[in-house]
Amino acid sequence: MTTRKLSEIARTIRSKNAGIDKITFDVIFAERADYDLVRRSGVLSRAAVCRIFGLPESRITDYVEFDPALAIKFTILRQVTSGSPGDADIFGSQQYGPLLDIAVPTG
Amino acid sequence: MPSPGSSLRILCPNGHLGFAPIKTASFRIGLDCAPELICADSGSCDVGPGPLGADVSSSPVQWQRHDLEHMLLGARRLGVPMIVGSAGDTGSNSGVDRFVGIIKDLAREHRLARFRIGYFYSEVGKDYLRRKISAGDAIDGLDGRPPLDLATLGATDRVVAMAGVHPYIELLDRGADIIIGGRSSDCAIFAAPALRQGLPAGLAYFAGKVLECASFCAEPYAGKESVLGEITMEDFKVTALCPEQRCTIASVTAHTMYERPNPFYEHFLGGYIDMRECRYKQYDERTTRITAPKYIPATELRAKLEGAGKLGERYVGLVGVRDPYTIQNIDAVIAWARQQAVERFGPTGYELHHTVYGRDAILGALEPLKRSPSHEICVVVQAIAPTREMAEEVCMTGTRQMFYARLPAVKGTAGGVAFLLDEVMPASPAYRWTVNHTVRLDDPLELFPTFIMEAGV
Repeated sequence: MTTRKLSEIARTIRSKNAGIDKITFDVIFAERADYDLVRRSGVLSRAAVCRIFGLPESRITDYVEFDPALAIKFTILRQVTSGSPGDADIFGSQQYGPLLDIAVPTG
Repeated sequence: MPSPGSSLRILCPNGHLGFAPIKTASFRIGLDCAPELICADSGSCDVGPGPLGADVSSSPVQWQRHDLEHMLLGARRLGVPMIVGSAGDTGSNSGVDRFVGIIKDLAREHRLARFRIGYFYSEVGKDYLRRKISAGDAIDGLDGRPPLDLATLGATDRVVAMAGVHPYIELLDRGADIIIGGRSSDCAIFAAPALRQGLPAGLAYFAGKVLECASFCAEPYAGKESVLGEITMEDFKVTALCPEQRCTIASVTAHTMYERPNPFYEHFLGGYIDMRECRYKQYDERTTRITAPKYIPATELRAKLEGAGKLGERYVGLVGVRDPYTIQNIDAVIAWARQQAVERFGPTGYELHHTVYGRDAILGALEPLKRSPSHEICVVVQAIAPTREMAEEVCMTGTRQMFYARLPAVKGTAGGVAFLLDEVMPASPAYRWTVNHTVRLDDPLELFPTFIMEAGV
């Protein structure tokens, strides 16, 4: 089975605060075929996100496929509220790293 | 008042006004497009709890003044209203006063003909919230937080409430030419004048949601460029004004989910918009057209509250490590340093944080690669204590004692870590977000007193 990295398929992979207690992740595709490929592959799902980040499912507040944007979007509850001492990512903007190398089966 | 076929053209030069100066070329292009309103949001809670708690602005006053000057001169020349919401990053009363003062100074300096400034405050007194709690009127928690209790309220320095469209409409009704708002829902700042004109609420709020970060809804990525929105009875259109940018279906839809937990709903005081049925169409090369967002009125008026409380004074230290054995055992080194702090200061009454760059600083427990740290790492030490003197000493203990950590098999016995500086550095006091809640209101204006004054010559 051949695979490609998610970072080679998606146009945008990003994370950002959604309020002070949550971080939201957007994986956005330029082509409908790529969007369909990834969402059908199952490499991203609530369960996959839990596995990748070592999270209990209760920390995932939203997981949606947003067709108009060709985007997969999920949101997690923060362990440490944004900007509290010990939080090293006040904007939540560097949490997407572990998504880049996800291997997507391509055939 | 409402007439079929009416529309509103809004020029937005900036999201989070003041955080970086606007690019003026695309703003000038926008002024030539006959806008009927110039509007921007200045707020963000991304800057952390410190600015709200300490009541300071995280943006330099020169940049705030720069943007306000361009907006004010443009608005007065065209004779159209100008609205800025969430003044001064946090929307605290001092942020509103600062922006109102800048507008008055600019009016004098440029000898502008007399006009009316409307403004309102969003700070919420702790006594008001205490009375609500005591009366059994729960201050509900958001995002899984429990209802606000008196202890948490007591540990809070400042609270602001998110205004809806109501104080903006009130000030427009009273003849304001320029409005400076306290903390507000981003979309309400833009929706208010559209609603007042009788345009559909779904489109009005949706427009605000798209416009509030200006050129972030366009591509390629470029900040601080202006965009133009037009709300009609049937649709909302958004156009990129920077010559290199376009508003595409991809860029606009990507923005509708930006910084939001969910792309389908947006809540604010008075209701929410449901965007599940929205349709997006490329209208022309630089413009996207949106139809069918729905406004759902709230059954109960609830205002979102943001509050921050001080934890203490803070010092920061930096520690480098290159020895692979020490890196493998960095948690033991940190434990040693923390133990020295406990022996000196006891187990409580301060905070000591060690953040290990090169291993798991940024993701913390979520880091899948935490078991394969880099060949060199940096540990950032933060100490928080009631006084600066104590914070400095706790930080020095947490930093310098890493040098003396006792690892059984270490080769380097002349010091276990590398110092960039053999000192610890004073940092801003530490705060935390204590309040992320909602409060029930009887009147959507009850937390947002409005004022009008004259400026100009």
